[in-house]
Amino acid sequence: MAEIRVEHLRKAFGDFVAVQDSNFVVRDGEFFVMLGPSGCGKTTTLRMIAGLELPTGGKILLGGEDVTMRRARERDIAFVFQLFALYPHMNVRKNIGFPLLAQGTPGIEIRRRVEETAKLLRIDHLLNKSVSGLAGGDRQRVALGRAIVRRPKCFLMDEPLGTLDTEFRDLMVHELRELHNRIRATTVYVTHDQMEAMSMADKIAVMNHGVIEQFGSPREIYDRPATMFVADFIGSPPMNFLGFGGGLSKGASEILVQGAKVAVPEVREDIAPADMALGIRPEHIRFDDGSKLRGAIYGTEYLGTTQIVAVETSGGIIKARVPAEIRLNAGDQVGLALSSARLSLFEKGSGRAVRTAIHDTVIHDGAAEVRHG
Amino acid sequence: MSLTSAHSVVAPSAVSKRIAGTIIVLYALISIVPLLWIFATSFKTPPDSIAYPPKILFQPSLEGYCNLFSTRTRQTPEYINALGPATGVCDETVRKRNMVIAGPSNFMPRFVNSLIIAFGSTFCAVFLGTLSAYGFSRFKVPLADDLLFFILSTRMMPPIAVAIPIYLMYRELGLSDTALGMILLYTAVNVSLAVWLLKGFIDEIPREYEEAAMIDGYTRLQAFWRTVLPQATTGIAATAIFCLIFAWNEYAFAALLTSGSAQTAPPFIPTIIGEGGQDWPAVAAGTTIFLVPILVFTILLRKQLLRGITFGAVRK
Repeated sequence: MAEIRVEHLRKAFGDFVAVQDSNFVVRDGEFFVMLGPSGCGKTTTLRMIAGLELPTGGKILLGGEDVTMRRARERDIAFVFQLFALYPHMNVRKNIGFPLLAQGTPGIEIRRRVEETAKLLRIDHLLNKSVSGLAGGDRQRVALGRAIVRRPKCFLMDEPLGTLDTEFRDLMVHELRELHNRIRATTVYVTHDQMEAMSMADKIAVMNHGVIEQFGSPREIYDRPATMFVADFIGSPPMNFLGFGGGLSKGASEILVQGAKVAVPEVREDIAPADMALGIRPEHIRFDDGSKLRGAIYGTEYLGTTQIVAVETSGGIIKARVPAEIRLNAGDQVGLALSSARLSLFEKGSGRAVRTAIHDTVIHDGAAEVRHG
Repeated sequence: MSLTSAHSVVAPSAVSKRIAGTIIVLYALISIVPLLWIFATSFKTPPDSIAYPPKILFQPSLEGYCNLFSTRTRQTPEYINALGPATGVCDETVRKRNMVIAGPSNFMPRFVNSLIIAFGSTFCAVFLGTLSAYGFSRFKVPLADDLLFFILSTRMMPPIAVAIPIYLMYRELGLSDTALGMILLYTAVNVSLAVWLLKGFIDEIPREYEEAAMIDGYTRLQAFWRTVLPQATTGIAATAIFCLIFAWNEYAFAALLTSGSAQTAPPFIPTIIGEGGQDWPAVAAGTTIFLVPILVFTILLRKQLLRGITFGAVRK
C-alpha cells in the first residue's frame, strides 16, 4: 500500500483545460473520493493517476516514487471501471486471475489466490460461471476481485456503482466500505453521487470545471463548505442562499437580510462592500412566528420522519427541513428562525466562503488542505 | 453488458411475419433455381443437357465430372475394342463416346490456385484490416478522417477500370500470372472493405477492456491479442466471408492477368466449352465443385456471419 501525492497536476485537451493545478495527498490506507458533476475533471485526474492519460503538467507520486510518465502496467495499481470491463470470453475464475497471469504467477498460486479473493468477496460459488450471466452486484464483485487479487499499491475506482440499481448500490456502498476497513488499501474513488461520497469517504475532494473546490472530510465539506458551489452540490436539498449587500468587518456577528436582523457566526475577516450570500442548510431552519424573516408556504414534500417545506420569501424560495408532524397549508404565512451557529457566509462574486467562527474548530485531522479563489 | 439490449423494440405481428416469410421463400426460390439447374446439368449427358424442352427427369450420368477432370482423345472403335476391360466408371463412360482418357485436365491445379489465392488474399486483407481498424479506432491518427475517406475512395470505381495500368505494371514487375500477384491484387481491393467493416466492430468494443488489461500488467499488443481479438471474432468472421467471396468469384482480373500456372478456376471453367464441342455438363460440374468451398465456409461461420451483420448494423 502507498501514499498518493498529486502536485500541480494539469491536463489540457487542445484548448480545453480538463484539470488545472490539482494538489492533494491521499494518505496510506485512506479512502479518498473525488466528487463532482460530469465533466469536472475527476475521471481525467483518476486516469492520470492510473497512467491511462499523460498529464500536460505536474507530478504524480506513488509511495514517494515519481510515476508521472510511467506506463500503466509499470505503476502497480488496480483500476475498477464503471462498465466493470469483465472479459466476456473468460469465466469468473479466469477474469480474476487475469492480472496474476500477466505477472507470470505459477498456476497453483493463481488458483489459491483467486479462491482466497473469491471467498473474501463471497463469490466463491460463482468461480466457474460465465461472467455474462451474472447479476450487476456480482459483476461488481468480480471486478473488485480482479483488483484485489494483485495486492496493488492502490485501488482506483471510476464510478464503479454507477450502473447498478439503487438496491444493489446501497448494498455495495456498505460492502465496499467494509472491504476497505478490512484490507485498508489506499483507494481513490470517483463519483458524482454525494450519498456514495459522504457514506464511504475518509476524505473528499469536490471538483468543478477542473478545479478542486474543497478538500476535506465529509463532515467538514458539509458543515463548512469552502465555496458556494460546494454548498450547492452537497446536501439534498442543497444549501439555501439569501442575498444581502454591504461589507463585513472583523468581529461582526449580525447581518441584515430582507429587512430582518440575523445573528451569524462571528466574522473573522474584513470584506469590502459587495454582493454577499447567507447560506442556510434546510435543517437549520425552524418555523417561528416571532421571526422578522417571513414567507408564504409554497409547497411541501413529505419524507416520513421529516418534510421539506418550500417557503416563498421576497428573496426567492427557501427550503426548510422540519418535523413531519407540523401541519402546513399552501399560502400560510410563516416566520423563519435560523440556527445562527451553523450559518455560512459567501462572497457572491467569487463564491468563496467568508472566514467566520465556524472555521475556528479543527474538524479534520490535519491533512493538506487546498484552497482556491 | 448494455450491448445485448440492442434488439428490436416492437414484436412483429402475425400478418407481417407471414408476408415477410412469403417474400423470403419467393426470393430463396428465385435464387436457388439457377443453382439447382447447374447442379442437375452437371449430372446430365451432353445430349440431355441441350434437349428442348429441358428434361426435368433424366438418367443421371457422371460424364460431366469425368470430362471435367480428364483430357480425352478420339479413337476408332477397333482400337477401343482391342483395349482391356474399362478401369473405372469414367473409362467406361468415355469409351461409349469412342474416346479414351489421355490424362488429367487442368481443373484440379486451377482449383487449387483459386484456393491459395482466395484464402491467401482474404487472410492478408483481414490481417491488415484488423490492425489498421484497431489503429484508427484507438489512436489519434493525424488526418484520420481523410485517410479513412481515401481508403474508402479506392472502392468508388469498379476495380476493373484500372485493369490496363495494372496489366502493364504487372508485366513490368513480373507479377503477371503469379499467385503472389493475384494475392496482392485481391488484398488491395479487399483491404478497404476490411478496414471499414472492422473499424465498426472494434469501435463497439469498449476500450476499458484493453485499459484494464494494460493496468493489470499487459503490453498493448498483449492486451489487443487477449481482450480485443477474442471479442472481435464475429466481425472478423463476417469480414473474412465478404473478402473470400469477392476473391473467390473474381473473374475479370483473373482472366486478364492469369493464363497459365496461376490461373484460377473462374477463367478456366469457360475454356472447357472450347474443347471439342459445347460440353455443358462439364462446365456445370466445374461450377458445382467451385461452389463447395464458399458453401462450407459460410455454413461453418453462419452464426458469426448473421450476428456480425446485425451487430454491425445496430449502432448507438
